[in-house]
Amino acid sequence: MTNELDIFVGNTTLIDEDVYRLWLDGYSVSDAVGLRVRSGILEQTGATAGVLQSDTMDHYRTFHMLERLLHTPPKLLHQLVFQIPPSRQALLIERYYAFDEAFVREVLGKKLSKGTKKDLDNISAKTGVTLKSCRRQFDNFKRVFKVVEEMRGSLAGNIQQHFLLSDRLARDYAAVVFFANNRFETGKKKLQYLTFGDLAFCAELMIQNWTPGAVADSQLDDMDVDLDKEFLQDLKELKVLVADKDLLDLHKSLVCTALRGKLSVFAEMEANFKNLSRGLVNIASKLTHTKDVRDLFVDLVEKFIEPCRSDRWPLNDVRLFLNQYSASVHSLDGFRHQTLWDRYMVTLRSCLLRMYHD
Amino acid sequence: MPGKLKVKIVAGRHLPVMDRASDLTDAFVEVKFGNTTFKTDVYHKSLNPQWNSEWFKFEVDDEDLQDEPLQITVLDHDTYSANDAIGKVYIDIDPLLYSEAATVISGWFPIYDTIHGIRGEINVVVKVDLFNDLNRFRQSSCGVKFFCTTSIPKCYRAVIIHGFVEELVVNEDPEYQWIDRIRTPRASNEARQRLISLMSGELQRKIGLKVLEMRGNAVVGYLQCFDLEGESGLVVRAIGTACTLDKLSSTAAFLPACNSPSKEMKEIPFNEDPNPNTHSSGPSTPLKNQTYSFSPSKSYSRQSSSSDTDLSLTPKTAPYPQGPRIFLCPSSPSLSSGSPHLKKSCLFSESSLIPHHSSHVSPVLRKSVSFSEELLLAASGMGSGSAGKEGGPFKALLRQQTQSALEQRGGSPHRFCRSREFPFFTLTAFPPGFLVHVGGVVSARSVKLLDRIHNPAFVGIMGNTRSYKLLDWNSFNSDEPETRDAWWAEIRQEIKSHAKALGCHAVVGYSESTSICEEVCILSASGTAAVLNPRFLQDGTVEGCLEQRLEENLPAGCGFCHIPYDELNMPFPAHLTYCYSCRKQKVPDVLFTTIDLPADATVIGKGCLIQARLCRLKKKAQAEANATAISNLLPFMEYEVHTQLMNKLKLKGMNALFGLRIQITVGENMLMGLASATGVYLTALPTPGGIQIAGKTPNDGSYEQHISHMQKKINDTIAKNKELYEINPPEIPEEIIGSPIPEPRQRSRLLRSQSESSDEVIELDLSHGKKDAFVLEIDDTDAMEDVHSLLTDVPPPSGFYSCNTEIMPGINNWTSEIQMFTSVRVSRLSNINLTNQTLNKNFNDLCENLLKSLYFKLRSMIPCCLCHVNFTVSLPEDELIQVTVTAVAITFDKHQAVQTTKTQVEKSSQRASIDNEELLQFPLELCTDTLASHPFSSAKAMPVEKASPLTEGHFRQRSAPACANSTVGVVKMTPLSFIPGAKITKYLGIINMFFIRETTSLREEGGVSGFLHAFIAEVFAMVRAHVAALGGNAVVSYIMKQCVFMENPNKNQAQCLINVSGDAVIFVRESELEIISTQQPIASCQPACSGGEIAT
Repeated sequence: MTNELDIFVGNTTLIDEDVYRLWLDGYSVSDAVGLRVRSGILEQTGATAGVLQSDTMDHYRTFHMLERLLHTPPKLLHQLVFQIPPSRQALLIERYYAFDEAFVREVLGKKLSKGTKKDLDNISAKTGVTLKSCRRQFDNFKRVFKVVEEMRGSLAGNIQQHFLLSDRLARDYAAVVFFANNRFETGKKKLQYLTFGDLAFCAELMIQNWTPGAVADSQLDDMDVDLDKEFLQDLKELKVLVADKDLLDLHKSLVCTALRGKLSVFAEMEANFKNLSRGLVNIASKLTHTKDVRDLFVDLVEKFIEPCRSDRWPLNDVRLFLNQYSASVHSLDGFRHQTLWDRYMVTLRSCLLRMYHD
Repeated sequence: MPGKLKVKIVAGRHLPVMDRASDLTDAFVEVKFGNTTFKTDVYHKSLNPQWNSEWFKFEVDDEDLQDEPLQITVLDHDTYSANDAIGKVYIDIDPLLYSEAATVISGWFPIYDTIHGIRGEINVVVKVDLFNDLNRFRQSSCGVKFFCTTSIPKCYRAVIIHGFVEELVVNEDPEYQWIDRIRTPRASNEARQRLISLMSGELQRKIGLKVLEMRGNAVVGYLQCFDLEGESGLVVRAIGTACTLDKLSSTAAFLPACNSPSKEMKEIPFNEDPNPNTHSSGPSTPLKNQTYSFSPSKSYSRQSSSSDTDLSLTPKTAPYPQGPRIFLCPSSPSLSSGSPHLKKSCLFSESSLIPHHSSHVSPVLRKSVSFSEELLLAASGMGSGSAGKEGGPFKALLRQQTQSALEQRGGSPHRFCRSREFPFFTLTAFPPGFLVHVGGVVSARSVKLLDRIHNPAFVGIMGNTRSYKLLDWNSFNSDEPETRDAWWAEIRQEIKSHAKALGCHAVVGYSESTSICEEVCILSASGTAAVLNPRFLQDGTVEGCLEQRLEENLPAGCGFCHIPYDELNMPFPAHLTYCYSCRKQKVPDVLFTTIDLPADATVIGKGCLIQARLCRLKKKAQAEANATAISNLLPFMEYEVHTQLMNKLKLKGMNALFGLRIQITVGENMLMGLASATGVYLTALPTPGGIQIAGKTPNDGSYEQHISHMQKKINDTIAKNKELYEINPPEIPEEIIGSPIPEPRQRSRLLRSQSESSDEVIELDLSHGKKDAFVLEIDDTDAMEDVHSLLTDVPPPSGFYSCNTEIMPGINNWTSEIQMFTSVRVSRLSNINLTNQTLNKNFNDLCENLLKSLYFKLRSMIPCCLCHVNFTVSLPEDELIQVTVTAVAITFDKHQAVQTTKTQVEKSSQRASIDNEELLQFPLELCTDTLASHPFSSAKAMPVEKASPLTEGHFRQRSAPACANSTVGVVKMTPLSFIPGAKITKYLGIINMFFIRETTSLREEGGVSGFLHAFIAEVFAMVRAHVAALGGNAVVSYIMKQCVFMENPNKNQAQCLINVSGDAVIFVRESELEIISTQQPIASCQPACSGGEIAT
């Protein structure tokens, strides 16, 4: 005797959080049943494997039906078919759009294209995230990207409005979208040590400071997704800081004077100052080229973080140095681009500090 | 032109993409009522069109208003080809036709397509202007209220309960018309949906007319069913109980008096509150005195004559409970209280039955009518007197009644006249004091051949003991053409005579059902034979409002358990003892009923769901041979079902069944029987004896050992169950009870009577000679199986209880969390070597596993109780068994009970004003210390809604987040007539919907499970949307009456028909009410506690 049909429909749709997680993680019904059995649920409830199988099937079916609505979360709120308490709706959405750290690190900065999607099986093999789950996460990225890509206003705000995500998750998505749009390279080996959190932190700062939306008067083109072209163009002006030898020497002496005795790595700093400064300024001046924009993080690591790290600068010394390095520029009389410098360095300093770890 | 229907189409949303090129839709709407159609403009290129149409006005007869549904079709405009239909919405405008219900229907409705399911939503506003100046009751019955609820709806008071109304309408099924061969499945489905909508409208109107004829204004316990008879047509039939209801004033409605049963139950024994608003018994409501119907006169005269023709064979004097009766409604069900308001000494006379059993009941419910001499006068003067008052249309009725009154006076006391053909009540819960005695379950079945006439008829009677009457169907003259109407009339007649045989004049908890397979149809009817209260009238007048005081002196409600039949002339063998409660009257050893547990009944421990499951193979046969085979099987099935029920009841250590529902389903090659009931331990009934196993070969050692092993297992199970259900009756010394009545001999018997009226019965004594224990003889494998199956039923996991009645005996402290659900399973039997045993086992497993699954799924709600568990079985194909379950899970608070009592007392003592609480206080205190021995009664003292502000806050926290900030209003659905922790403030009208869903891409929709899951979810959604549009927030007495599922996996096709109904209501959380009503005392006494709660 086999059950051909076996369903349970509640007036309030039952959501089992554990099963939802298994479903999101891309397990098949039989795998999910196996995992649930191992969790000891049978002993706790005295249920049989058959009951568990039927329950899991049922939940999977419900989730499958809900998935269509989850693609446009506002629909989930307005639809009439599934009566779900708001707190549960929020949970469904939040979990559906949540992503794995391992997965996002693989995809971050990549074009959200069919080509990448075809690579998902490799990513799945590499990260241990099931292919199904990879697809969901990838599709989520892509879906969010498509919706907010051309939108004006705050990127995170738009995402939150259209996908009803929590503040935290919306900001993470903003980072994903931002990275995908600017195609920042994050996959290089030397960048592997960076977490998604590091990169999302940087993205957030860049969105805040380096996009057209960051400038209060640029209402016309309030876009958060692209970097401010004008700003990137202007960054060329910073080149004078390393090109003008006097300016560079003055800058160095200002920094060294201020930091003498305060750094444990003072000698190394003094020796490396010109290299570091050249690196940071050159990164800025090259950002007009798309290729160099993509390599921003690679450059930051190569030109600044690695040299510091190889000299074993403690984080605090890096902080002191960067503070002093950016502040001293204000004392350079011959340098006219103070605002531009600040807009660049405030963001960069925070990014570097965040990225400076093992 | 008595009505104007106005419709406005506002907007649509989430429409499907109909134009692949643009990914958009050019939608417009057709609004159709009767033969008139209006169209909106096309709203181009949008999935969220804003039509904002003008008001479309339909000027129509109110007859049409009742029959026709409003049909709204959403289409996609196409310039070059035909417009594509997106979907439809049918709106039943009936709720707008009576003043007390909804005034406007406005809201988002799912747009439904029978092939694609729900496709977006449409916002519609509907209003009706009725022109009242015309004689509108001619063809139509606008104004008659319908309720699915099988008790007097909360916030109404029954003035008169008139009795049984029934009607059926027959039509050709569009699915089987010739045109179906050329039209699309969609067109065919829509034709069917529309036809059924029309037919149920018509049916409701016709029933309404009957009610008006009876001078009622409402139908309670309205049950409408469809019989899909295939080629021979489509039958829509309905039964109900006609009533005259009075709406309680709104102030009264806000008083705690009328409430959810949990509260009601608690209040009933104690509520002495003579609240003037609601308590309109007696002279305070003169209105009723003008409107009653005349039948009481008959019974009055009966009453008056009973003294001189003393037929009672018992030593008791007293009014005669048989013969025509008057039933009265004491006052609003909500406030009047409990146990039969009768003094035992004078009341419970045992009637000497058979001679008087021709009595018909006049099911007239009336209150506060004096039963003294004045009434006699009233009776004689009745006809003419009232004729003056009432209008013309009722002339005929009046004549009849006058006649009857005359006949009455002239005739002997034992003659009677029919005021209603069948003294049946579809109600399962009654105003307190209404129910005097319960005789037992009466049921009748009849096997019919569709489109041909007649056939073997089997009718069974089931009392509260194991007895049967098999009536020979040859006695029916079967050559005259019969209609469906006649079939039912015949069955009802049977039921009536069975009730009579049990010394009862009425049948309560009455229901009818059919099972159809090909051209064979089994018609079934069942109910509970009962004696309803005539005496109450007298008490009512004499004591007036004080009547409730009286009962305090009476022992707790046991009256309904007392046998209504004569013990010396019992219709079937039964083991009688003196009532364990009052020790004055006789009670049977077990009691089976189809009603809910009366509110005043005292039980020990908790109840539980008891099911008997049975399959019988049958040879495939055609027509008459088939019908004969079925009729031959039926009595055996009934007998076995009954035995199983009895065994399981004993095994649970209980002695009564409530809510018994036996369903016999016919399939191609088998019959299935499924009986569900709620077992309880009634204090009034004797403690059930154990089950004893007897072997046939006593000399075989190992066998003996095996037997004793089994015996031990059974005894252990009984002990375990007693503990589980907290059944610990106080020990009663034997001498108090007195010696048992002679005749304790038979335990199980099969009675056969060869003809309908025959009194002589051939008794098959199946008893085994043991006196106190129920004996199971295991002499073959069959019996072995039986014993095993007894023991395989696993009790629900701890924290779970289940019952199929409205409320669980022994649990009262419900919290507000409810979850209604429907679960469907279809199992395929492996077709090799099917035997009755394997079938039984399969079926049993199917049901048990289903229950286990439910317990597992709902484990987050523990502690909780599954209430109103309703199983239906169908056999859609040869090897398929379909089981559908609908129930509601309600959480309750295990620990809150004791606390609540305390806080309750504290709180009420804090109240300065003399209100209900003040009065309640005393019994509450009484109860607290008797907790252990009387869990039930003590539980009554713990009203959820009277909890301390603290617990109220708790509730709110639990429920509020669910409702807050939601864009879609939450609509609760429940098969119960109430919502725990809430009060129903308004009934908005009946919901009765029929849907068909069909697919030709079954695999793509997730197979049969995916298909049906989605469909049921959609049906729920459509019910909720309609309720919300009426302004309601819940459906009570919800029932899925039909779920017919057909599949053809090879063709990738499936079709399903679902019929649901219920009452749309508005409810208010009691915590909110409480705050309104108690704000002042709380504010003054407990500012700290209450402040925060109110703010939330």
